[in-house]
Amino acid sequence: MTTATIGTPRRQRRLSRREDVLTGYAFVLPQLVGSLLFVIGPLVAVVWYSLHDWNVLANSFTYAGTDNYERLATDPGFHDAMRASGIFSAGLVVLNVGLALALAVMLNQRLPGTATFRAFFFSPVVVSLVAWTIVWGFLLQADGGINGFLSQLGIDGPNWLREGPTAMLSVIVVQVFKNVGLNMVLFLAALQGVPREVREAATMDGASPWRSFWSVTVPLISGTILLVSILTVVGSLQVFAQIAVLTQGGPGTSTTVIVYYLYQQAFQFQEFGYASAVSVVLFVIVAILTFVQWQTRRRWVFHEV
Amino acid sequence: MKHRTLYGVAGLTAVALTLTACGGDDGGGDSTSDGPADLRMTVWTADEAQLALFQEIADAYVADHADTVSGISFETLPFEDYTTGITTQIAGGNPPDLAWIFESSAPEFVASGALLDLRPVLEETDGYDAGDLEPDALRLWENDGGLYAYPFSNSPFGVFVNTDQLTAAGQPLPADLIAAGDWTWDRAAEIAAATAQASGKAGLVVRDFDFALWENLGTIWSSFGAEPWSEDGSTCEFTSPAMIDALTWIHDQIFTTGALPGPGTTADFFAGDAALTVTQISRASALDDSFGWDLVPLPDGPEGHVNVIGQAGIGVFADGPNADVAADFLAYFTNPENAERLAAYFPPPRTSLLTAETLQGANAKLTTEQLQAVVIDGIPGAVTKPAHANFAQLQAAIRAELDALWTADADVSAVAESVCAAAEPLLAG
Repeated sequence: MTTATIGTPRRQRRLSRREDVLTGYAFVLPQLVGSLLFVIGPLVAVVWYSLHDWNVLANSFTYAGTDNYERLATDPGFHDAMRASGIFSAGLVVLNVGLALALAVMLNQRLPGTATFRAFFFSPVVVSLVAWTIVWGFLLQADGGINGFLSQLGIDGPNWLREGPTAMLSVIVVQVFKNVGLNMVLFLAALQGVPREVREAATMDGASPWRSFWSVTVPLISGTILLVSILTVVGSLQVFAQIAVLTQGGPGTSTTVIVYYLYQQAFQFQEFGYASAVSVVLFVIVAILTFVQWQTRRRWVFHEV
Repeated sequence: MKHRTLYGVAGLTAVALTLTACGGDDGGGDSTSDGPADLRMTVWTADEAQLALFQEIADAYVADHADTVSGISFETLPFEDYTTGITTQIAGGNPPDLAWIFESSAPEFVASGALLDLRPVLEETDGYDAGDLEPDALRLWENDGGLYAYPFSNSPFGVFVNTDQLTAAGQPLPADLIAAGDWTWDRAAEIAAATAQASGKAGLVVRDFDFALWENLGTIWSSFGAEPWSEDGSTCEFTSPAMIDALTWIHDQIFTTGALPGPGTTADFFAGDAALTVTQISRASALDDSFGWDLVPLPDGPEGHVNVIGQAGIGVFADGPNADVAADFLAYFTNPENAERLAAYFPPPRTSLLTAETLQGANAKLTTEQLQAVVIDGIPGAVTKPAHANFAQLQAAIRAELDALWTADADVSAVAESVCAAAEPLLAG
């Protein structure tokens, strides 16, 4: 009787808790099913396809084991694409994060017109990527707007999209201007979260503005720098539209980044199995880079416990 | 109980969603279908008049074959990604019943076995008159005696001329040069360079050549006796003396004389930005009365006169659920009566229809003399734009190597060597 008196509320609480949990799962089930069908399912399918030779026109789908991965290891085209992606990512991360931070610091001042400038620098983020890229394509033509402007200054501009080094630089700069506003807003939010009294204390201790920035502000926004870096690195490895519109991978293969190479293999050359292997490798690279960045956060993110 | 009901509904929803997603077409198509078929044909044109004509012919067929066909629709895919669009549909298990196929992809589609052999249905259809089809036009679409697409459009390349710009620059008109027997690539480049110098605009634009679609340069190098690969598609010919001569000539016209616009320069002839352009007659529709113009045949090269045509075929997918019905519709779509109507836009492979009078009915902007000289005389014996069973990979690989040619100090022979080094493995495969 005593046991029953004590046990009943417990059992009721356990049942109630179980029902709450199940109700919660029931509510997330549609999203879970969606993720399984449209995220996990395709991921598994791509891995499966990567183990096959798939000729769409001939309607053949044969098991190839690790052949596609072995081919990747010796494919100079893939190696070129890896190198191009590496250059693009390095350039984009340095320029994008550096410029976004500089803009955020400048626009964090309480000066007239800063709101207008913030809107100005953020506006490209809401513009269609393809439209943005097409416009830049016209500007970067040999007889385009940029060279027209340079000629007014007496400078004979290069053929931006047709020469190896300037083609890659152009693609990077176009991407930087497109997305720098988003990172700038993230940095602005972080900067506005830095306690004023900490900076004032540094100033009272005799720290120069530069010293105060590096020794006080940067550590306090290091978490946001980590976030922005991860997002930029991941985004840089997925660049496609800019390449397709501006350079189509050229000149030569200098701007053929991994996703463009993947697109060529799958949709131009009908090598769906091989392209799937490329996408699996790209997935692994992104996962490893993200993991490494996340794991190293303890070394340089100030307030991480 | 309420919770059980909730779990049950959620579970059933999940199962239903899963089954719906996984229970789609397997991509291979069904060999049979119940009831009248709903046919779908992919095309690249978005021209409303052309699509309206297609639909008119299709509706007439549906009215006569209501027991087998319930409807026929034409689906436009963007020109730039056209072939990619078709193969993506096939990979996604949603192939069209019929598709317009470019000449560059013809060998790949024909050799793959993806297309239905149309010869039996065309030859057995009453009144089709398959013997009227120009044998030269069929060659690209044949394999082992089978005909795997109908060469729907045979569009010769010619040269549109902005006569106002040439006259203003004091240059002779191509029509006069033709009459004098002096219409050569050298003369064309000469007047193009002089006109560009005078007008400040571009000289000669080759088929909107943007230094990526190199195959359009075939309109020039063919009359130099050059070809990108051997006729059997196994050997690279970029290093042949004829091709070196042609590439050297093209390079000189870009970087020495300025007759051809350089890389990165946009020049639309039809907007009045160039003196001459090499292109196909279908572009005549883009002309208005803003400047005087003429249409003349391609100039002669060192090897004389060579006509070049672009071709498109219509094929039926063999694995499609309605292949037989689609083939029957194609026979109707391209029978003598409908071919004559379609000739308004697409020069047909039917020899009986290749007359200036037939084509004039639909090409009011062009004179019978222009049609005779460029179209009628331009199709028989013409060279077709480059095509290969491995064309997509060759196109990309050669484009990448040819990029080195489009600089002022390029070494033509060295570039040709590198083109062949990149192309040979793909030609061999």
